[in-house]
Amino acid sequence: MNLWWAVIATCVGCYLLKYAGLAAPRKILDRPAVQRFATVVPVALLAALIAVQSFGQGFDAPRTAGLAAAVIALLLRAPFLVVLVVAALVTGLLRITGM
Amino acid sequence: MSARNDAVRAGLGVGLAVGFSGLAFGAAAVTAGLSVAQACALSLFAFTGASQFALAGAVAGGGALVPAVAGALLLGARNGLYGLRLATLLPSRLRALTAHGIIDETSAVAFAHPGEAKTGFYTTFASLYVTWNLATLLAALGASQVADPTVFGLDAVGPATFLALLWPRLKESAEDRKVAVAGVVIALAATPFLPAGIPVLLAAAGALVVLVR
Repeated sequence: MNLWWAVIATCVGCYLLKYAGLAAPRKILDRPAVQRFATVVPVALLAALIAVQSFGQGFDAPRTAGLAAAVIALLLRAPFLVVLVVAALVTGLLRITGM
Repeated sequence: MSARNDAVRAGLGVGLAVGFSGLAFGAAAVTAGLSVAQACALSLFAFTGASQFALAGAVAGGGALVPAVAGALLLGARNGLYGLRLATLLPSRLRALTAHGIIDETSAVAFAHPGEAKTGFYTTFASLYVTWNLATLLAALGASQVADPTVFGLDAVGPATFLALLWPRLKESAEDRKVAVAGVVIALAATPFLPAGIPVLLAAAGALVVLVR
């Protein structure tokens, strides 16, 4: 298979997957159980994503420290962007200093 | 008004911060053997980071292309689940365009700003689409000059973004905390045994914990 076909198949497939949820029939979406599921499922997905992105490829001390710093920033009610900068700075600095 | 500003600020912030990892994708894609045009096509038309990295990684590994595409699609499947919720929050007349923007980041910003989901979603979509594609192009053109993004700690930005966006819900609702813990446990337990993409999808079952009671 040509590499272009793989690129095109990925583009089309990814779009259709995105479209499928959005275009689910209203009758199904309006069911209370489906609504409950749809409201809660992003929490499970995003929490899982945080875990996999942080620890999926093994434990990394600077990255873990960066996330811990982000948690502290959140507890101190830091604004959104500050939280991101703190996480990147702590992780980057610890790496540069060779931790 | 300030809720709206919050959503705009979060959207622009995510666009700026996460867009940088487009550099990593552009570099990874070209190093893997994709052409500049192929790397850009993926960012323009697939526009879902995890799937794009998965395809580039599989190509770099020299594997067969059918499983490479299948792996990329597995990672894209969760976008369909976000769509179930976004369908009730976003206008349906823009559906074909809106669908293209459904990824982790746009969904997370939308859900984090319940009253301003629309503003959050489209601001994030627009800003991240621009930065992600520019970064892909720049890095793909000069792959060798781009340093490893982990040097700048950019690998911590992704999880920190989702954590910050999820934070208010976790603080407020014990139920959401339970679901989050279930999701984390399922995903981490499954990661060593299953191909990328499946552990996060399986974590969706964590949401069932609340539903079956």
